[in-house]
Amino acid sequence: MNNADDPRESAHSGHDRPAIPYDRTEWLTGRGPTTDVVMSSRVRLARNLTESSFPVRIGSADATRVLDRVRPSVLAAGLADRVMWVELHTSSKLDRDLLVERHLISPQLASGKVGSRRATPSMPRAVAIGLPDERLSIMVNEEDHLRIQLIHSGLDLTGAMVAIDTIDDRLESSLDFAYHPRFGYLTSCPTNVGTGARLSVMLHLPALRMTGDLAKVKNATDDLGLALRGFHGEDSEGSGDFFQLSNQTTLGKSEQVLLHEMEQDIVPRVVEYERRSRQLLLDRRHDATTDEVWRAYGVLASARLLTASEAMKLLSRLRLGVLLGIIPGLSEQTVNLLMLLVQPAHLQSVVGSELSQRERRVKRADLVRTRLAAGAQPKASDA
Amino acid sequence: MHCERCQQEATIHEVVVRDGEIVEKHLCEQCAAEAGLSQAGGSGISIADLIGQYVMAKEPGSPAEAVTPAKPAPAQGCPGCGMTYADFKAGGLLGCGSCYSYFEERLGPLLERAHEGSSAHVGKAPRRAIAEARGERSSSAAGARRELAMKITTLEQKLAKAVKAEQYELAATLRDELAKLSSGVARSADRASDTPADSGMGGFS
Repeated sequence: MNNADDPRESAHSGHDRPAIPYDRTEWLTGRGPTTDVVMSSRVRLARNLTESSFPVRIGSADATRVLDRVRPSVLAAGLADRVMWVELHTSSKLDRDLLVERHLISPQLASGKVGSRRATPSMPRAVAIGLPDERLSIMVNEEDHLRIQLIHSGLDLTGAMVAIDTIDDRLESSLDFAYHPRFGYLTSCPTNVGTGARLSVMLHLPALRMTGDLAKVKNATDDLGLALRGFHGEDSEGSGDFFQLSNQTTLGKSEQVLLHEMEQDIVPRVVEYERRSRQLLLDRRHDATTDEVWRAYGVLASARLLTASEAMKLLSRLRLGVLLGIIPGLSEQTVNLLMLLVQPAHLQSVVGSELSQRERRVKRADLVRTRLAAGAQPKASDA
Repeated sequence: MHCERCQQEATIHEVVVRDGEIVEKHLCEQCAAEAGLSQAGGSGISIADLIGQYVMAKEPGSPAEAVTPAKPAPAQGCPGCGMTYADFKAGGLLGCGSCYSYFEERLGPLLERAHEGSSAHVGKAPRRAIAEARGERSSSAAGARRELAMKITTLEQKLAKAVKAEQYELAATLRDELAKLSSGVARSADRASDTPADSGMGGFS
């Protein structure tokens, strides 16, 4: 990774590939409230500097000035134990892909795409990452000058909101954020204006998918002004039964009201619905459910070729099996980590070389087999 | 089609995009002449006519003020970044903070649709904005700095246009104005106690 030469930061970031150790990533630990259904909670704030036009409207020279302006503020504000600054226009594609798979940057920032403008790989842009837990990331020159995000493990939107509020205050003491008395924090897209806050939870909903009730959840959340999307954003179908639920409204509703609605009201209802569905599967469709989980285990433990999407689909069922106690001796964390390692960039990072698509399938299957064998000696408890 | 003014047959049709909205004019030859829309060949105003007007306006010796073209400027953009409403509608993104003030009237209904009927912010505000609302001195300095940065941006854009159009006299005047304002930025940055030492942001566009 290409780091800025700020002494404060380079002193802390000795790095061989993989650039960021993945065993400290908080949201993978499986610790925190309600992790059986809610993998992680994320709060994102969109902020822009008053001094510059928004990224969609600036060229390379101004984009560089934005980086020069933001970098010292971010590195000096004491936002995490260590803060790593990565300039993306000079980093490798593999490094950028790793950051996307880790949810630290968006695919748009990785490719240098702003709005409908064509992707510009040379567009000066960066991300600041809070280490070691990777809770904090600040994307610079994405759709807005700053996209500050905080990810906590499990259902903890309140914790993430409190932390990000402090970070916002600290940045605000050295950066002048664009604000309008009527419209609030000004953002490039009018759908983010106001609080600039997007609250979201990553949900694992395998039982609702199996019982066919997912559409009902989607309709209900639509009515409540929330969006339920696939794991990888707007268009994806939630590979591996993972979904992101987030607010749509940022204007006219305070952060506290939004937080209360999501954390106290809406998310607990979805969690409850998923848990009841899981119980229902165990009680009424016990044989079919255990069969589906064990078949997933069987393929993962013995396949010689695996695509990323097949691996995700099967790991989702395996995770359900672990949570329901169908597969003993395997930890939630092992499964969570595998879901990250089967992604293309992480796989290549673990293997240590660039791989063709065909090679990736082979190595992916190898990795899953080895890790499952090391991580668990499952006994058929349901026989 | 009838003339908008006198109901005779309209022979001159003009379409102008203003603030992203298409404004059409349909006039008969006589009314068009009165309105300043002359017709050369019978098929509306030719490009050559427009260029002619433009070239005449920037003949050496004509005063700098006369540079303004005879026709109304098409599609005025945001003074902060030059974005027009048509640009915004095409791309879905606004260009800078000033766009919100510049397009405020049109954005209202759009925001209401996007945000469950709300068009006004409720929630956190930067400490500076709160202080500004209370009329505190330090923050009004920040406000003045913003205004200054905005003026500079506008001037820089005018300058770039003037140079492109080879209006050197106008360009020189603009450059002088810019130099004056930029020294103002340096002074206000010196006074500002709450900005870091490296506030070389005055020239941001």
